[in-house]
Amino acid sequence: MSAPTSRAGAVGRWALNLFAAAAMVYLFVPIVWIVMFSFNDAAGRFNLVWQRFTLDNWSDPFSNQGLTDAFWNSLRIAAFSTTVATVLGSMIALALARHRFRGSGSLNLLLVLPITTPEVVLGSSLAALFLDWDITRGFTTVVIAHVMFQVSFVALTVRARVRGFDWTLEQAAADLGATPWRTFWKVTFPLIVPGIMAAALLSFALSIDDFIVTLFNRGTLNTFPIFIDGSFKVRFPAQINVLASVVLVTSVTLMAVGAWAGARRRATAR
Amino acid sequence: MGAPTALRRWRGGDGEGAELLGLVSLIGAGALLAAIGARWIDGPVAVAGLVLVLAAIAAVVVAAIGGSPQTRRRLAPFGLLKPGMLWLALFYLAPVITLLRVSLSELPNRFAIEADFSWAFDNYTRAFSDFGPQFGRAFLYAGTATLLTIAIGYPLAYVIAFRGGRAKPLLLGLVVVPFFTSYLIRAIAWRSLLADTGQIVQIIDALRLGWLFEGVGIMDNGRILNTPAAVIGGLTYNFLPFMVLPIYVSLEKIDVRLVDAARDLYSGALGAFRKVVLPLSLPGVFAGTLLTFIPASGDFVNALYLGSPNTTMIGNSIQDQFLVQNDLPVASAMSFVLMAIITVFVLVYSRFFGTEDLA
Repeated sequence: MSAPTSRAGAVGRWALNLFAAAAMVYLFVPIVWIVMFSFNDAAGRFNLVWQRFTLDNWSDPFSNQGLTDAFWNSLRIAAFSTTVATVLGSMIALALARHRFRGSGSLNLLLVLPITTPEVVLGSSLAALFLDWDITRGFTTVVIAHVMFQVSFVALTVRARVRGFDWTLEQAAADLGATPWRTFWKVTFPLIVPGIMAAALLSFALSIDDFIVTLFNRGTLNTFPIFIDGSFKVRFPAQINVLASVVLVTSVTLMAVGAWAGARRRATAR
Repeated sequence: MGAPTALRRWRGGDGEGAELLGLVSLIGAGALLAAIGARWIDGPVAVAGLVLVLAAIAAVVVAAIGGSPQTRRRLAPFGLLKPGMLWLALFYLAPVITLLRVSLSELPNRFAIEADFSWAFDNYTRAFSDFGPQFGRAFLYAGTATLLTIAIGYPLAYVIAFRGGRAKPLLLGLVVVPFFTSYLIRAIAWRSLLADTGQIVQIIDALRLGWLFEGVGIMDNGRILNTPAAVIGGLTYNFLPFMVLPIYVSLEKIDVRLVDAARDLYSGALGAFRKVVLPLSLPGVFAGTLLTFIPASGDFVNALYLGSPNTTMIGNSIQDQFLVQNDLPVASAMSFVLMAIITVFVLVYSRFFGTEDLA
């Protein structure tokens, strides 16, 4: 862009940058609180008022059995549902990105609907279905519910990533005598795998963090967010902040490694 | 196209018929599965329906194995689509149909959970008469929060897209970092920060700026927590990244030379922004609006943690009626109305602006 020519322009530029910086700070205020209070030597049952610095919570993150179980449940649910949703969603994305066919418009609509339906409606309608079927709600129903919203998410994310790929590479492979199976694994799969990995990572995060849909379909099962909500009325141990910080650091690290690997791949491709 | 023609074409190998077969089998199997799931059809008919679903899948497999390569190519997308789409038919469409049925049902007595279908429209009357304010607040708070996320998110996205330079990926990564901590803990964090003894109220008091915040309606008698402003603030915070990312994507696509061209033609900085950048970035704003307004209008977590009984939204009422009061028919009616309003909003919106940028 051309340089600002007037003093007013320069002031405006600075004001805008300052505003953006303030917005960034705003995004991080609660994050700082969460990490900071994981080092708080909480007095009483609620870790909500700053007392003094301690490392005790970090040296003993799994001291709270209920919290540990809930956290473990969340990881297992996310692992199951993300696996299923990534496979189903990527298949849909491939079909939509790769092929032109009649009826794809209405199928697109069915795909967008779960994302444009408020979570409270998704949760309550699924719970109504399970009640109607006389199915006891628990681990399986939560996994089913998570897969349902993750499928759309994965399909739309992967489709956006693979749109505009050079699919003639597949034809080239076929012309060189590769079987369709070999073409898929040697050409198509390596092309789409970064997009799929990114979608899987984000939908894993969606699952681990889901509260509303889970609340309706959990029965008596506890997940990390459900435990936080339930315990908040009676107590709020600092271990919650510790585990939240662990999730944060792990995901940020994964994201950074992914970005670094992507940058390296692009650099070597050049 | 008649069935015999379709069959001939399929045999003929141009794949027209194969595409028709794939589409009919996909839509047919999906509709049947949704109907069985919602228990529209029951008993032996449902069993026959399930057999039909399996037959539809088998037909495609047989056609794919027996047909020409052309046929296989035409059938491939339907094979890829089927598992996921059938999942959505059974666990998205069927629940919505069930929700509609329960919303028109009546509880036989006070302690019953299972309701009987009876065209009970008074569930809807009750949903509006008893929970009208909650509907109003849901859309008011969500709408205000959406406008605020545009006001905060657009400049942020603009600075990252046009002035981020090499730090762009890093800055964008920072915007999504809050996603990776639990949504509930973020609400709790704000609750602690905004509390009467919390840091933010203390800072405002120390600066003696209470009058200012009271004046703009953020504070109410020296408190921030439990006011509508706290709930709207929580929603704004939570959905800000959903606004920044799509706006960034559409700004990023803009060819900077267009702006230079506008400047060369003696347009001022503001003029260039208004005539070139803003129109080209609107698709991002529209996508962000959908991604923010829809989940915000159904949210109950922020109202629960940051609000008071006077600031409850429709999500709170649905959750309470469904899970605490066990009044499924009224809860379902409210859910269905919320969904209907949002769906109409989305359909009208996407007619004008498209859904392509949603992903």
